[in-house]
Amino acid sequence: MAAVTPDRLHGHHHGPTGLMRWITTTNHKDIGTMYLIFSFVMFLAGGVMALAIRVELFQPGLQTFEPDFFNQLTSLHGLVMVFGAIMPAFVGFANWQIPLMIGARDMAFARMNNWSFWLLPPAAILLVGSFFVPGGAAAAGWTLYPPLSVQMGMGMDMAIFAIHIMGVSSIMGAINIVVTILNMRAPGMTMMKMPLFCWTWLITAYLLIAVMPVLAGAVTMILTDRHFGTSFFNAAGGGDPVLFQHIFWFFGHPEVYILILPAFGIISQIIPTFARKPLFGYASMVYATASIAILSFMVWAHHMFTTGMPTVAQLYFMYATMLIAVPTGVKVFNWVATMWRGSMTFETPMLWATGFIFVFTMGGFTGLILAIAPIDIQIHDTYYVIAHFHYVMVAGSLFALFAGTYYWLPKWTGRMPDERLGRLHFWSSMIFFNITFFPMHFLGLAGMPRRVPDYALQFADFNALASIGAFGFGLSQLILLWVIVKAVRGEGEQASARAWEGAGGLEWTVPSPAPHHTFEEAPEYRG
Amino acid sequence: MNQALEKYFVPEPSKYPIFGSLALLLFGAGAVMWLHRVGPGPLVFFAGVALLIYMLFGWFGQVVRESESGKYGKQVDRSFRWSMGWFIFSEVMFFAAFFAALFYVRVLSVPWLGSGENEALLWQGFASEWPTAGPRADESFTPIGAWGIPALNTLILLSSGATITWAHYGLLKDDRRQLRNGLMMTIALGVIFLSLQAYEYFHAYRDLNLRLDTGIFGSTFFMLTGFHGLHVTIGAIMLTVMLFRVLAGHFRPDHHFAFEATAWYWHFVDVVWLILFVVVYWL
Amino acid sequence: MRFPARLAASASLFAVAHGVSAQSRFNLQPPITEVGERIYDLHTLMLVICLVIFVVVFGAMFWAVFHHRKSRGVAAAHFHENTAVEIVWTIIPFLILMGMAWPATKAIIEMKDTSEPDLTIKATGYQWKWGYDYLQGEGEGIRYLSSLATPRAQIDGREAKGEHYLLEVDHPLVVPVGKKVRLLTTANDVIHAWWVPALGVKQDAIPGFIRDAWFRAEREGVYRGVCAELCGRDHGFMPIEVHVVSEQAYGEWVGKQLAARAEQAADEMREWTAEQLVERGETVYGTHCVACHQADGKGVPPAFPPLDGSAVVRGEHGPLLDTVLNGRSGTAMAAFGAQLSDSDIAAVTSYVRNAWSNAVGDVVRPADVAEAR
Ligand code: HEA
Ligand code: HEA
Ligand code: HEC
Ligand code: CUA
Ligand SMILES: [Cu+2]
Repeated sequence: MAAVTPDRLHGHHHGPTGLMRWITTTNHKDIGTMYLIFSFVMFLAGGVMALAIRVELFQPGLQTFEPDFFNQLTSLHGLVMVFGAIMPAFVGFANWQIPLMIGARDMAFARMNNWSFWLLPPAAILLVGSFFVPGGAAAAGWTLYPPLSVQMGMGMDMAIFAIHIMGVSSIMGAINIVVTILNMRAPGMTMMKMPLFCWTWLITAYLLIAVMPVLAGAVTMILTDRHFGTSFFNAAGGGDPVLFQHIFWFFGHPEVYILILPAFGIISQIIPTFARKPLFGYASMVYATASIAILSFMVWAHHMFTTGMPTVAQLYFMYATMLIAVPTGVKVFNWVATMWRGSMTFETPMLWATGFIFVFTMGGFTGLILAIAPIDIQIHDTYYVIAHFHYVMVAGSLFALFAGTYYWLPKWTGRMPDERLGRLHFWSSMIFFNITFFPMHFLGLAGMPRRVPDYALQFADFNALASIGAFGFGLSQLILLWVIVKAVRGEGEQASARAWEGAGGLEWTVPSPAPHHTFEEAPEYRG
Repeated sequence: MNQALEKYFVPEPSKYPIFGSLALLLFGAGAVMWLHRVGPGPLVFFAGVALLIYMLFGWFGQVVRESESGKYGKQVDRSFRWSMGWFIFSEVMFFAAFFAALFYVRVLSVPWLGSGENEALLWQGFASEWPTAGPRADESFTPIGAWGIPALNTLILLSSGATITWAHYGLLKDDRRQLRNGLMMTIALGVIFLSLQAYEYFHAYRDLNLRLDTGIFGSTFFMLTGFHGLHVTIGAIMLTVMLFRVLAGHFRPDHHFAFEATAWYWHFVDVVWLILFVVVYWL
Repeated sequence: MRFPARLAASASLFAVAHGVSAQSRFNLQPPITEVGERIYDLHTLMLVICLVIFVVVFGAMFWAVFHHRKSRGVAAAHFHENTAVEIVWTIIPFLILMGMAWPATKAIIEMKDTSEPDLTIKATGYQWKWGYDYLQGEGEGIRYLSSLATPRAQIDGREAKGEHYLLEVDHPLVVPVGKKVRLLTTANDVIHAWWVPALGVKQDAIPGFIRDAWFRAEREGVYRGVCAELCGRDHGFMPIEVHVVSEQAYGEWVGKQLAARAEQAADEMREWTAEQLVERGETVYGTHCVACHQADGKGVPPAFPPLDGSAVVRGEHGPLLDTVLNGRSGTAMAAFGAQLSDSDIAAVTSYVRNAWSNAVGDVVRPADVAEAR
């Protein structure tokens, strides 16, 4: 497996240096790194907004922010976290890992890859910059429901254009990933031998290509309703506000699987490594992922049970949604079966992966409870929903990203992550996460609505608890920053090519850190 | 197994992407400013457009040079095919959102508005017929009938689909004249189509009292046909670029994916029109 | 480790769910309708099933975590497939889901059956208050607005917060016990949602459309809810208060309301002096306009324009009345024509024309409003 080119030896790297290197680069590792840095910055930005929310909600009464500004915080927190933090982070992983895992020189369209990334900062400028324009940022929730979103000021238009730009970026990124996976696999790397992370990303990319344009269409209709007199969402002109919700959630539900499928992929790489045992049920994992993706197009209206749909629609969407538990269950069972009779060790990546399965499943179960339409009608738009999706998105997507970061950090930086700090990060995140979000289940059940800056007195204790937890959780993330900075600065144990004892796959055949150019000659894969 | 034979082409660092990003930033920010009448909105907006055009020409120019200098092997060619296919699929989904809106209002929400308690309590006297400008419409309008210009336009686009295929045959058997003539005819048909559409819009605004803000009918009609027209324009520009490349002697019978991609795109635009014709004009 | 602790917590949650039937801080509010009961039981059922699956799955996982460790000298097995097992754990969850779907289906069908009501009430969402119209049944013809009654001072922390902080309104919805009430919802501006947990009703109120839900309250008392759909700035401040009263008390209440309406109608007829109009206008302004345009008339630019010094306010009656009666579409400025009577609109426009530095000097008469409608 002559995987490495000698290029590192004569140390050449043509082309611009300094800042221009990053701006013009066509190298998938550079671009992956930029994606990861960008998403971490956005995570901090979205996190600061979350903390601001938690400050206002620490006590009943209006203390810190105007209600309108509070709504802006909520909306932008959701948008920034979903579009700015989690999605780009996974694309960053895809950029780094997919070529390494399938033995490709680079991404299929290296120059377009650069553009996919560099579209994000302008989008972020429009989105976050909208806080500073007259009227402030969009305050209609990340779901942008009209007619409320038609009432907003220019912040809403900035959000709409930001979404357009991010959509362009995502579609190009997704096409790049699809083509890379389909067309650039090394000889011997058949589809059914591909690492699961590539499979989950392939399917995610299809989801992206299918639904990002739909979102673009939906926000375009808002834009024209706002400024050009169209009546898509206005009953007086013959439209229907609920139409937007259908279109949005036709995007939105696949979107949440866009946020979780690559996470499943990461977990499916990590568990076998540390169980020292091949992944259980590889084929069924692939089929389960595909089933989740297909089902995800057919369940959107479970976000709309209280809009008053006809009975049959209510029933259909409930049944279809419940079905998703089956393939997701297959995944959970396969992971547990992979651990079963393995020879496990619990380095930091494995801690995160195990923690992921545990907390994500809790979020999955609350999802299932929400899928039961009569129950959802009671707890829709309450903190129960907030709890549900932070369990699947923070404890799911984000924890999987953390797991993946610790797992591949040696490949990226050449240094093993600091095990002591890693454990500390894991345990404090896990505990504070649950302190923050577990009480929200109770709040929701007892009747606290979401998107409110103030609440009735009986909710005070749990909110105070959640706010304390949120600060603990936020501070815990500084540990991660520290771990990464240490590794980047070359502190800590030098990593070998394989880094982890049980690791397998092409990415572990190149040195750590991976040289700037890998697999100039395609390797032969015998997996 | 091509990997063993040839090295996949990876382009050099490029300055074009960042121009594209700046362009879209200016475009978005300019549009927002323009819409809200603050600052030099149109200026910023058109600066963005200009930069975008510069970027597209520069970028595609470079792609053309790379292609003509033989840097793209078979594997790269396959990449282009996959990507163009999926790009067109994403466009299909964009149109799907607007078609879905049309179906939704026609099949569900307009009938709802004119029946039962919606009618009794909120929109008394609203009869849900299609076309409609909604229960609060205070003026009447006339929709554009299917069997005038729209039918002619259908014919035009269908023939343009035939001429582009004819041009492609020319290219395949290395008959440059046929290729050139086919392309020119296709472009001409595209331009005629666009002119007729422009005339229809003008007619609708002046004579039919049918505007973008004519309730839900105006909204769906102009947004669907408008986005389609935009895509025809893009397609026609792509065809024109192809024509210039043909005149410059580009493309070989076994190496001309840019041409094929344009043809695919043109067929896609064609199919969208057929659906439009049926569900917007005819039914 | 943490798992037993979590288990204990869950178990105690469960105990709490059943032990405490009064307002629980951990669980759904105690229902007072049959549908609410069903929802409550469905949730308990779901919770139990999920907990059992959870215990089984994570029992297995933590068993492996503790026993199949390298540090215990375990060598890894090599199996990575077992079709039989995989089929089993696809089918069993499916069967469990069918078991869940059955009671849920029955509940949905029951919730959707709004036929043959004793009373029909329309609830209209406004930014940020509710309007109630008794459309059919005893009390037909009663209509009024219902907005937050918690004083501003409590919200801003200048006063101690009362027991029903943010859950109290000036004019509650009153319904008789044991009667089937059909609730129609709609909205005037943006989407709201009418939600009273104890009744088991949450229904979006969608502008331009009527949606319905129903309840039959089986216990007298006061039940509180909130608007559940983000509707702008004061979304958190538009509660719902429902008084379920005996049939007799309901009859009395209806009598009083109808009498008051008759009085109000007389009010419309009477001649107002300029002072009376402005005085009344100040009250109307205080309930309906301050939220946006502020008490000092300065608004919150650029979102909400000032009325103090506004050309529209100081200009002709026509455009001013048009703005107030019909609102400005696409902005938060709602159409007040449907909410306020002629005299109220005359009063509030008279007030703004003469308040702050606006000293136009004339007043708008109810008759002018009637004409402008
Ligand atoms: C990563 C993102 C993610 C994921 C993976 C999920 C997963 C699921 N979600 Fe969630 N969801 C969101 C993100 C996500 N969700 C977000 C962001 C919102 C709110 C948006 C907003 O309004 O702002 C939301 C809201 C939401 C709602 C609407 C709530 C409301 O607003 O009223 C519903 C209702 O059905 C729902 C259901 C589900 C279901 C059934 C799953 C399933 O996929 C879960 C399946 C998993 C399991 C069930 C656990 C494992 C399975 C087993 C161990 C097998 C055995 C189990 C059984 C047989 C029971 N979600
Ligand atoms: C994947 C996406 C994601 C992520 C990661 C998070 C992360 C967090 N979210 Fe959430 N959230 C959403 C997606 C996400 N969220 C969405 C979609 C909504 C719905 C929006 C809507 O209703 O429209 C929402 C809504 C939402 C609400 C409800 C708001 C409302 O209804 O009004 C709350 C309330 O507590 C909340 C809290 C948090 C907290 C405390 C975190 C924490 O996990 C954040 C932790 C991170 C940090 C804190 C930053 C890192 C650390 C530093 C910057 C160091 C400095 C720290 C200190 C000084 C302490 N989020
Ligand atoms: C929900 C918030 C809200 C409430 C409540 C509200 N307004 Fe407004 N009002 C607005 C907004 C927003 C505008 C600006 C509309 C525009 O941009 O055209 C406005 C504009 C106006 C104008 C025109 C001002 C000008 O200079 O153009 C008048 C007059 C007015 N409102 C009167 C009232 C009166 C009287 C009431 C109470 C009966 C009231 N408003 C209640 C939000 C509100
Ligand atoms: Cu009304 Cu929220
Ligand atoms: Cu969903």
